[in-house]
Amino acid sequence: MLEIQGLTKRFGGLTAVRDVTTSFERGRINAIIGPNGAGKTTFFNLVSGSHRPTAGRIVFDGQDVTGLRPDQVARLGVARTFQSTHLFDQATVLDNLIVGHRLRTSSTFWDVIFNTQRLKEDERSCRAKAKEVLNFVGLSSVAHHRAADISQEERKRVAFALALATDPKIVLLDEPAGGVNPEETLGLAELIRKMVRSGLTVCLIEHKMDMIMSLADKIVVLDHGEMIAEGTPAQIRSDQRVIEAYLGADYAAA
Amino acid sequence: MPSTALQKPLLALLLVAAIAFPVIAANDYYIYVMSLAYIMAIAAVGLNLILGYTGQLNLAHAGFMAIGAYTVGILTVDYGVPYWIAFVIAGFLSAFIGVFAGLLSLRLKGHFFSIFTLCVGFIIYLIIEKWDALTHGTVGIIDIPAPTGIGPLRFDHTWSQYYLVLFFLVASLWLMSRIVHSLLGRAFVAIRNSEDLAETLGISLMRTKVLAFVLSTFYAGMAGALYAGFVRFIGPGMALESHTFDMIAFILVGGIGTLFGPLLGAILLTWLTQSLQFLQDYRMIIFGPLLILLVMYFPQGLIGYYRERQIKRAAASVQDRRLQRAVLGSGQEARTNA
Repeated sequence: MLEIQGLTKRFGGLTAVRDVTTSFERGRINAIIGPNGAGKTTFFNLVSGSHRPTAGRIVFDGQDVTGLRPDQVARLGVARTFQSTHLFDQATVLDNLIVGHRLRTSSTFWDVIFNTQRLKEDERSCRAKAKEVLNFVGLSSVAHHRAADISQEERKRVAFALALATDPKIVLLDEPAGGVNPEETLGLAELIRKMVRSGLTVCLIEHKMDMIMSLADKIVVLDHGEMIAEGTPAQIRSDQRVIEAYLGADYAAA
Repeated sequence: MPSTALQKPLLALLLVAAIAFPVIAANDYYIYVMSLAYIMAIAAVGLNLILGYTGQLNLAHAGFMAIGAYTVGILTVDYGVPYWIAFVIAGFLSAFIGVFAGLLSLRLKGHFFSIFTLCVGFIIYLIIEKWDALTHGTVGIIDIPAPTGIGPLRFDHTWSQYYLVLFFLVASLWLMSRIVHSLLGRAFVAIRNSEDLAETLGISLMRTKVLAFVLSTFYAGMAGALYAGFVRFIGPGMALESHTFDMIAFILVGGIGTLFGPLLGAILLTWLTQSLQFLQDYRMIIFGPLLILLVMYFPQGLIGYYRERQIKRAAASVQDRRLQRAVLGSGQEARTNA
């Protein structure tokens, strides 16, 4: 699904990601973990096209996407969420989601001026998609609330919904459970499983180890930009380098 | 993005009031001032597209209005081109120059974009002021002909010119309403909201921003062309950034990112300026604090404030209904249990 070959990103003298080679399989939950500043978000920025890699190749679904712009990568089916969710707070939740399906529509400026059938068709499909994804993440009940009035956990779900509205093949989630309580974290984990059951591939960055260990099929560990381990949760838990760099002896013992 | 929530009856009432205004005012000077406010409103509506909806503070807007005005001035006075042909050329020339200015300046983001456009505006001013042979330099262009008649319509009197300007104002708002309430408008707002997020939703930043920029310069050019035919005298000063700041003030007062905000702001501030005329330069003592109070207590502007209250109320009523249903539901449950 997603092949990463020798991926490197240097910012001036700092190497944020160094020679990472790995792959993510279709229909799996993949996790990227590591201490703060390990290059996890930079890794996402490279895959989604926000940063251009210094070296290396990114192959998505058999197509080389290295160096493409974020909007081009999104069109090919890569969606992502951010650590903090930027919603238009003055608008309703549903209104925030409608633009998410815009990339799958074809109406142009002239369709807008002449208010063509195609534009109306496109607006209908975007609205329908927004309702569908809102239902998928379990938020139909807050569709008409102001985005400013919903809880942190609901914001996270709206961010998922926005990513899903783009009709992606793979979803990159950057700390999907950051800032929500343990109970809500379980709910979000269940939602991630549901996304995979519906045919998506998920790749997530997270610090909540309990969540990752129970959720992920594969874990990639980054430290100072380098991949120091990859494998199943069981393998990662007993990896000496990972314990030293990130998990700590306590976690391994537990 | 929510619709501007001004219901149809209210719109019809506003239109009737605008049509009746010259009859009620019955004073050529008032009609003249109102027409000027409308022309500035058209320019501000255009600026609001790039500033209010797309989130890019373009400080060259008055420059593009000047390009429109000078196109009409030069073509009609020096080359004898009929007013309406010059009028159409003015809009498209402003937009054409807007394409290049947009492609260049939108490579920069945030404050850097604003500073760059400040320079673009000043360059336009300098070109107008220094290129004597083409623009008449500091002297300006005088005796620009009034818009020529179309069929039985004549535009040589303040009254008829008022209706001409009103026609273009309504057309501008109608077109803008189409744009901002469409999927395209949602793409603009997504960019204002977060460029990073918009881009990962598949919105091409450069293309979308340049489109907003060019459309806004088209509005500026049209407003400038109307201004030239209405005031009939133009000077290089109209390209200065202080006029852009006037338009920004209209937008802030009326409501940034709202359809009617720029119009409301243009009318309010124009009449406030008129009624404080007797204070001359001291009117800023009243103007300044008023603007500060407004930004403190109505950061979304007057229409923005009104709209936010409406959305809040709508959301609250949805919650109320759900609460009522829940209470009723549990009541019924209790009864069946009993």
